[in-house]
Amino acid sequence: MSIANTAHSVVEPLPGTRRLAGSLVVLYAVITMIPLVWIVLTSFKSPDDAISYPPKVVFTPSLEGFCNLFTTRSRQTPEFIRTLGPPQGLCDEIARGRNMVVAGPSNYVPRFVNSLIIAFGSTVLAVALGTLSAYGFSRFRVPLKDDLLFFILSTRMMPPIAVAIPIYLMYRAIGLSDTRLGMILLYTSVNVSLAVWLLKGFIDEIPREYEEAAMIDGYTRFQAFVKVVLPQATTGIAATAIFCLIFAWNEYAFAVLLTSGNAQTAPPFIPIIIGEGGQDWPAVAAGTTLFLVPIVVFTVLLRKHLLRGITFGAVRK
Amino acid sequence: MAQIRVEALDKSFGNFHAVKEASFTVEDGEFLCLLGPSGCGKTTTLRMIAGLELPTAGTIRLDGEDVTMNRASARDIAFVFQLFALYPHMNVRRNIGFPLKCEGIGAAEADQRVVEAARILRISHLLDRPVSGLAGGDRQRVALGRAIVRKPKCFLMDEPLGALDTEMREAMIRELRALHDRLGATTVYVTHDQLEAMAMADMIAVMNNGVVEQVASPRDIYDRPASLFVADFIGSPPMNFLPFRGSLETGVQEIRLGEREVAIPTAREGLPESDLVLGVRPEHVRFADRGAVRGEIYGTEYLGTTQIVTVTTRYGALKARSPASVSFRTGENVGLDFRPDTLSIFDKASGRAIRTVLHEGGVHG
Repeated sequence: MSIANTAHSVVEPLPGTRRLAGSLVVLYAVITMIPLVWIVLTSFKSPDDAISYPPKVVFTPSLEGFCNLFTTRSRQTPEFIRTLGPPQGLCDEIARGRNMVVAGPSNYVPRFVNSLIIAFGSTVLAVALGTLSAYGFSRFRVPLKDDLLFFILSTRMMPPIAVAIPIYLMYRAIGLSDTRLGMILLYTSVNVSLAVWLLKGFIDEIPREYEEAAMIDGYTRFQAFVKVVLPQATTGIAATAIFCLIFAWNEYAFAVLLTSGNAQTAPPFIPIIIGEGGQDWPAVAAGTTLFLVPIVVFTVLLRKHLLRGITFGAVRK
Repeated sequence: MAQIRVEALDKSFGNFHAVKEASFTVEDGEFLCLLGPSGCGKTTTLRMIAGLELPTAGTIRLDGEDVTMNRASARDIAFVFQLFALYPHMNVRRNIGFPLKCEGIGAAEADQRVVEAARILRISHLLDRPVSGLAGGDRQRVALGRAIVRKPKCFLMDEPLGALDTEMREAMIRELRALHDRLGATTVYVTHDQLEAMAMADMIAVMNNGVVEQVASPRDIYDRPASLFVADFIGSPPMNFLPFRGSLETGVQEIRLGEREVAIPTAREGLPESDLVLGVRPEHVRFADRGAVRGEIYGTEYLGTTQIVTVTTRYGALKARSPASVSFRTGENVGLDFRPDTLSIFDKASGRAIRTVLHEGGVHG
């Protein structure tokens, strides 16, 4: 090959390399998607199809899983069912087909609401506290700054669940056990270290001159922080919020241990949905599918910030 | 507008003594340049005047009022930053109007003042543009707009032209000075560029290692440097230094340099025998066969109308400015003579200039 037709930029990847990289990314995306697709498909299967082997890819869709997720049912004799009036809606009809009647709503909705309140509550708190302390660490001469930052980071060095027993005992003693407030505080304290470190990086990148200019123009430091620093830190705040939310939303171990009747979140509730004769897999899958929705929506809404946020600071301007 | 008085200002950062007893006064309506190499404490001094740093000792007075410990927001000054510090999330109009919002000025009046500031700076057509797309010079004008819109007591500028390219810089030098004259503003301007300082300033304060070496008009700074540092820092190429040993008496008009007598401006103070330095600007070196110093031509730098000739002598390499028409051969043996009425003499140990008749004014090079 002559030099002329192999000439290419030394920093641009070759077209072949680019195609290979592209197909690897697509392959990885497909592999990652398989469990999700499986869950979504299972949520529309009947209980029999859900456990058939080999797994059915083509099946008759059914809403039984979603009905079982949202309702509790009781078994009745066919004679009794015939004495009842017409079915009360779709789910009642499906239940009657299996000689059951809908007895009432399940606990899924309250558990889901708990998840929303606890995850978003702790995210808001962690990001708010994280932003303020990151600003402080970034701008002021804090005594023992490096040690304090290391201490904050060190709270993440062991798995949080390692302190589950002491927390369980403490929570029981002070009455935070099985309360939403307790869970919000717990997830906030786990997330705040992540938030401080992430946000400090973002705030360090914002030149001090912006605040100094605002302060000379007559604003107080707090006003300068709100009017000048916050608008420029939105990218970092959004990225941090997503990370915090994902942790709090998916957290399982503490939720199992510390919540039961009142403050239980969706993750410990979903796997214990029992149907006739064991796990009700379509209902479990339906619960999981719906559980994914808020985080997907939140991430899609903030995806621009997220992409910029993750690569932010990688290259100095 | 206001007078700024800085008295014995001191600033330490831990072990680092950034500013040492700096004192100077900027009169009402005056344009003062703080000039010095990087790390000399000029920006720190400016930030103390602004209230962005608190001094370790000393006082700052604005129009006689002690503001040393006042917050920046309480001083009624405007500050132009080197990197402009325009808020990227606001457009030009909102950037310029930002200081007015804080003062609680009504929207109608604020907008009128923003439009007026933009008109003065000739950026009216940019008012509704985002700041991110602006060219360097226009960003600079927006930053100036934010400063002038408030009609503050004084302007502080920290190397505001440092981020611009040469051409834009020269245009902005003229614009800044014109703006200063038009507003009658008291301005303190930090720069490391002597040409900027010379072109713009009424007064220059030269700083080195945290010490204010000299505060004087550009002409005095150039013609009558108060110290070796000032003489070396100002002028391109800098002043030539010829070390010699000798004593001085009040009234003498000659010194002994090697075996030859050299005429100097009449000394106004005496000094016992010590190490001294004779300072000669390159344009005051003349080629003369019977000159006091002999040397060999080392090389020439052609500058258009003039050339800089480097001559190797027993006092080291000396630079002379000569008309470009004269030709020199490398290695040629030449004699050098100095214009007597413009020479400076320094005490080598302290770097201080010895007082001569030159310091009494009336002699201009």
